[in-house]
Amino acid sequence: MIHSLFLINASGDIFLEKHWKSVVSRSVCDYFFEAQERASEPENVPPVIPTPHHYLISVLRHRIYFVAVIQSEVPPLFVIEFLHRVVDTFQDYFGVCTEAAIKDNVVVVYELLEEMLDNGFPLATESNILKELIKPPTILRTMVNTITGSTNVGEQLPTGQLSVVPWRRTGVKYTNNEAYFDVVEEIDAIIDKSGSTITAEIQGVIDACVKLTGMPDLTLSFMNPRLLDDVSFHPCVRFKRWEAERILSFIPPDGNFRLLSYHVSSQNLVAIPVYVKHNITFREGSSQGRFDLTLGPKQTMGKSVEAVLVSSQLPRGVLNANLNPSQGTYTFDPVTKMLTWDVGKINPQKLPSLKGSMSLQAGASKPDENPTINIQLKIQQMAISGLKVNRLDMYGEKYKPFKGIKYMTKAGKFQVRT
Amino acid sequence: MTAMQRLLQLPVTAVNMVKTVQSQVQGQEEDKSPVLTPDGVHQAWYSALQPDELRHLRSGGTGGGGRGGGGGGDHEEHSSLEEGGGGGGGSIFQSQPLRHDDLKEMLDSNKDSLKLEAMKRIVAMIARGKNASDLFPAVVKNVACKNIEVKKLVYVYLVRYAEEQQDLALLSISTFQRGLKDPNQLIRASALRVLSSIRVTIIVPIMMLAIKEAASDMSPYVRKTAAHAIPKLYSLDPEQKDQLIEVIEKLLADKTTLVAGSVVMAFEEVCPERIELIHKNYRKLCNLLIDVEEWGQVVIINMLTRYARTQFLNPNMNESLLEEGSDKTFYGSDEDEDEEEEEKEKKAEAPMAKRKPYVMDPDHRLLLRNTKPLLQSRNAAVVMAVAQLYFHLAPKAEIGVIAKALVRLLRSHSEVQYVVLQNVATMSIKRRGMFEPYLKSFYIRSTDPTQIKILKLEVLTNLANETNISTILREFQTYIKSMDKDFVAATIQAIGRCATNIGEVRDTCLNGLVQLLSNRDELVVAESVVVIKKLLQMQPEKHSDIIKHMAKLTDNIQVPMARASILWLIGEYCEHVPKIAPDVLRKMAKSFTNEEDIVKLQIINLAAKLYLTNSKQTKLLTQYVLNLAKYDQNYDIRDRARFIRQLIVPTEKSGALSKYAKKLFLALKPAPVLESPFKDRDHFQLGSLSHLLNAKAGGYQELPDWPEAAPDPSVRNVEVKDSVPEWTKCSSREKRKEKKVEKPFYSDSEGESGPTESADSESDSASGSESGSGLEESGSGSESEESEEGSESEEEEEEEKDKKKKKKELKKPVQESESEQSSEEEVRKHERKNKQRKSDSESESDEEEESESESSQSESEDSESEAEVKKKKKVAEPKPPSKPVKKECKKEKKEMSLLDLDDFEPAPSPQATPLNTFLSSSLVNDLEGLSLSDAVLSPATISPSSTLKSYELLHRITGEGLSVEYCFSRQPFPPDGNMVAVQMQFTNNATSDAKNLHMEDVKLQSGMRVKEFTEIELLPAGETATAVMGIDFCDSTQAANFQLCTHTRKFFVSIQPPVGELMRPVFLTENEFKKEQGQLMGMNEISEKLTLDANCRNEHSIVQRVITAANLSRVPCGSDKECRFAGRTVTSSSLVLATVASREEGAAQLTVNCEKMVIGTMLVKDILLALTQ
Repeated sequence: MIHSLFLINASGDIFLEKHWKSVVSRSVCDYFFEAQERASEPENVPPVIPTPHHYLISVLRHRIYFVAVIQSEVPPLFVIEFLHRVVDTFQDYFGVCTEAAIKDNVVVVYELLEEMLDNGFPLATESNILKELIKPPTILRTMVNTITGSTNVGEQLPTGQLSVVPWRRTGVKYTNNEAYFDVVEEIDAIIDKSGSTITAEIQGVIDACVKLTGMPDLTLSFMNPRLLDDVSFHPCVRFKRWEAERILSFIPPDGNFRLLSYHVSSQNLVAIPVYVKHNITFREGSSQGRFDLTLGPKQTMGKSVEAVLVSSQLPRGVLNANLNPSQGTYTFDPVTKMLTWDVGKINPQKLPSLKGSMSLQAGASKPDENPTINIQLKIQQMAISGLKVNRLDMYGEKYKPFKGIKYMTKAGKFQVRT
Repeated sequence: MTAMQRLLQLPVTAVNMVKTVQSQVQGQEEDKSPVLTPDGVHQAWYSALQPDELRHLRSGGTGGGGRGGGGGGDHEEHSSLEEGGGGGGGSIFQSQPLRHDDLKEMLDSNKDSLKLEAMKRIVAMIARGKNASDLFPAVVKNVACKNIEVKKLVYVYLVRYAEEQQDLALLSISTFQRGLKDPNQLIRASALRVLSSIRVTIIVPIMMLAIKEAASDMSPYVRKTAAHAIPKLYSLDPEQKDQLIEVIEKLLADKTTLVAGSVVMAFEEVCPERIELIHKNYRKLCNLLIDVEEWGQVVIINMLTRYARTQFLNPNMNESLLEEGSDKTFYGSDEDEDEEEEEKEKKAEAPMAKRKPYVMDPDHRLLLRNTKPLLQSRNAAVVMAVAQLYFHLAPKAEIGVIAKALVRLLRSHSEVQYVVLQNVATMSIKRRGMFEPYLKSFYIRSTDPTQIKILKLEVLTNLANETNISTILREFQTYIKSMDKDFVAATIQAIGRCATNIGEVRDTCLNGLVQLLSNRDELVVAESVVVIKKLLQMQPEKHSDIIKHMAKLTDNIQVPMARASILWLIGEYCEHVPKIAPDVLRKMAKSFTNEEDIVKLQIINLAAKLYLTNSKQTKLLTQYVLNLAKYDQNYDIRDRARFIRQLIVPTEKSGALSKYAKKLFLALKPAPVLESPFKDRDHFQLGSLSHLLNAKAGGYQELPDWPEAAPDPSVRNVEVKDSVPEWTKCSSREKRKEKKVEKPFYSDSEGESGPTESADSESDSASGSESGSGLEESGSGSESEESEEGSESEEEEEEEKDKKKKKKELKKPVQESESEQSSEEEVRKHERKNKQRKSDSESESDEEEESESESSQSESEDSESEAEVKKKKKVAEPKPPSKPVKKECKKEKKEMSLLDLDDFEPAPSPQATPLNTFLSSSLVNDLEGLSLSDAVLSPATISPSSTLKSYELLHRITGEGLSVEYCFSRQPFPPDGNMVAVQMQFTNNATSDAKNLHMEDVKLQSGMRVKEFTEIELLPAGETATAVMGIDFCDSTQAANFQLCTHTRKFFVSIQPPVGELMRPVFLTENEFKKEQGQLMGMNEISEKLTLDANCRNEHSIVQRVITAANLSRVPCGSDKECRFAGRTVTSSSLVLATVASREEGAAQLTVNCEKMVIGTMLVKDILLALTQ
């Protein structure tokens, strides 16, 4: 299946290579560089590139291309999904997945890659199993290792691979037993020029951080499970139980994991938390344009809208923008023409606005497109769909765990067309 | 082989020797050596390995050259090559680059930390793509290093460079061979993993041997590794294919989820064409699927898609004949069926009766049902695999379910989106309705990468129809304003396609496009002109006004491509604009010299066409234009002018061609077809690389067409002979299978035909006797499936109860709706089971009502497949099973199917059976009743109850008057099937009452569990009382220690079981016994010769003594010289078989076969003792 893997940084250097079968020359990456050159944007490099003898399947994460070389038919998603899993694992191990982090931990990276694939076929991709095999580096352990010469490789044999619950390592012990669940919902929306919603949907996830001793068996039930239209589960969730009773029943992995991601049915009207009043005009003949933007809270159920960040790609003809924000700060990059305005918290009494003028290239005709405005925001302690966790119960262990649940709403791909 | 083995045992000095030689020739040639040539000569060469010869051979074989393309600009490599080359053949030490000397020193040192540091640096070199091959000898020596991390890094190095240094790599092989024999399964597995990763042809036989051995390893993890090793060996030496297929066949029969994914992957790589190997494992794979790890799921689903295409009939084959409504009911899968449609169906029945009605094969249904939950997987590849399976295999009405899941994937990373959208684009051409509800999910955001935008546009275009076209066009209008010009161009093309597909909006689109002609962007204008041109070509008559409009635009539009297109249009349709055309030509002639080349060419074209149609008005103009062109700078234009002049102006010299000038120029050009690039891509299996590239990738397996007639479905019936050894959970499953064999047809098709409602379900009724016998069988058939399901997927007891309730509600309507179909199926299984239970034990009155009303349903079910019944009866004549066997089997079955629901409990070991928990005491009573009847039915079984041996737990003196005895009652322990029941008898010999007898402070070995007896509150003086406790000994004879407490005192006591009590009897037939015994040979068999005790020479007493010693049951046997006994261990359900073969003069041989060797050994001792004393 997967023959080799090349890691390529933004400047086009191959800084890591790993082969699972016979060695494939790194010159195969030339085809990739060719495709990269052809693409206008980094993310426009086609994920699958055929070459005379191989196929290159790549993903771009954290400005690093992970290029897998394969030789014969394989479902492309299989490879893509695996590469993303690799990135997730690196992130899990090193905190960040940057070139520097990978280079610093090249041995751990190699050990990980060795365990994750056998002859190109995924072997151990569960983070719990991997952590049993190869301990993630911490500052303390690195120091101890350099002094004592001990290792990152787990001393015990990885029994997790044999377990019926492969995602959970055995013999977990904590003094504080705690289970936290974050319900995070993102609103994806397109708002048209006049302010009416073209499409809006809610995508949510429940991320969990479970640190419980032994083999706890948890059940999580919702007040209004009918809201969930389409769900995908971590493998630990018992599917039948969900089908029958709409209860999540599972033996959790140890540590952080994504329990569930869901989609709220489109029948429900989505509350749009902010509105945007905008007036962006370019006049024919003049080298000036007007920019006027005001934000206001809409349906927030009494919660405040925080961490608002507005960004917009201005037309190429714009040379500079001379704007005046009523709150927060703005930046305009004259090279990429990207305008970002860090608004912060919206105060309903005094609505934030950004006003001013844009200077256009002299002599150039007026741009015929108007920029779209992308908005990021956060609302704490509320799930915009109204989803509520009813209760969390634990079976199988005797202690009483500390349970916590947090709700948050974020803007996902939230766009306003102007 | 022998030579090689000798080599592998080379002493360490040989390593050093070879190392020296190696370093000497370093650099002359890197990776090629004559050893590599796969002609078999090397073996002889190795047997006579001499350093001198080696040097000779290596320097002689210059076939190779350096490592090709290892990395441009790699200074380190170059320097090492140069230095090596300089010293080539000369002195030994100069050839090494200094840099690596320190590494070598570190590797040779005694300190692990130094070695580790060196290895880390070497691995970092490998990671950067630098050549570290010259360190090979130094590294390989450390393969046996104690430090795990050093070892692992050495493996990494070894696997990377073994291919280049084959001879040296061989020196490490013995380490792995030793590892293959390690008692720890993980070490065995990792040894096999590394061994098989070393790509050295010479070890192929060793690998083959190792794989074969590992394929029958006890540990499923090792077997999984064996499956992984198969493709490795295959790629190394394709000659081994036949042998490897044998191994694959064996592993395919494996019943563990761990192995399933890996072996199917090996199957796909080695022998995808041997689809017949899947037959016997098909159902098992379907049932295991949900518990296989996600990567394996992808591979299995893709393989099963192909399999299903060869084995089942096209569920949509009658599609064209039926109208939509009846179509749906016909498949019994409509979401909201109402009575009207049922009426319709009846009407539709008449014409259909003539055709052979389509009945979905139950196995086909099984596949669809078992893959459906996987749409909820978090892994996009799994979701995609299920989606393509549904697309290729499901009846039309059921495909809809995948749309939601695919749309969900659009939230994922952009690469995932890219692949999913490609597939959605293909699907949406064939099944547009499926994605229509999700239209808005394909709306484009300005932040999407261009390639995603274009794919979304493709999907939107495919989804456009009369009802949604207006919204789509409004969206398109926004897109046209985008800054991304490639995307705008694609949008214009999309508008063009919408306009061609949907007649109503053609004019609107045209007008919109015409407006775009005034766009500043050249690309936009050109694209719109091109699209307009295509649209106009379809109906030129109707749009002469647009052509006129475009003619006017020539004054304003400066984009040459657009001008050229307009001129072409006017020329092509000059008849429709007879007045304007010459005028345009006049203007153009005026500006000819200032035009771009491409426009000039079109002006010449226009002139020629006009000359041919309207020579009166345009003769002079044409002459003028041609003359201008004659002196143009561009030779293309000069050529064209000359050519056209010859063609259209008749002169004497011009040949016959000019006669045809009009035909040449004014031929009717076919309208370009605007169709999706994704059309007909679905002949590639969706989700595959080939589909994505729209070209066949290497190793792609064609998706076969549906067969005309279904191949024999009975090939999938599992026969008992094929079952694998007893590693896995299959205590009583074997028996069920055997039963299937007895009546292959009934158990198969009737048992599972539930889900498919055929159209003629209500036609004629089945004959009474037929359905009677059929019913029982159908029960057993479906049950076997159910219990498998039960053990694989976790089901709660409550759930089942719920379903039972639900079933009552659902009983009446024969035709169920699709949404409830799946649950209904399960319900039905329960019903059957209930009924069966009833037939077993007549005492259950509460179930009566249910089963009665249910029988009508299954009767109709019966009739459904009656056509099939008749057909297949010829194939397999059912023979009634023998009564006693059947009853026994049923009892067994019930234990399994009802009880092992709690699969999610972490089992003590992976090969352990699911817990056999008893659910209700009433059931236990039933079972006990059954076991009594067993004794009657099979007289050979002797009830051991009279011969129970008691042991002393507490002596009355130490117990201060309280004495306690215990015995192993050999009864099932109701609260927990894994526990051994211990019956305790308390006798109070003291003068005072003992109070509050209970136990405390239980000390157990790990894994063991105890169920305490209920407290005895009062035991008056001189009285006795009994209590029962349960102990799960975990199949060991470790004692359970606890304190026995009275109200005043505590006594430390312990219960240690004789090994014979750690098992429970099972019933086997003679054949089964032999078969099982055959599988427990080798280490699992222990034989002992003995001389029987004088009182124990007849059969009866032997049986009596054996059964006293161990809780086994007698296996009927033809010969009276041999007594056979069978049982299973209580906790892990490992089979225990004992045979006593008596000979002359009291000589006898005792054989015990048991997977657990320790138990076997102890049991032999115990039985030996029992028989000789």
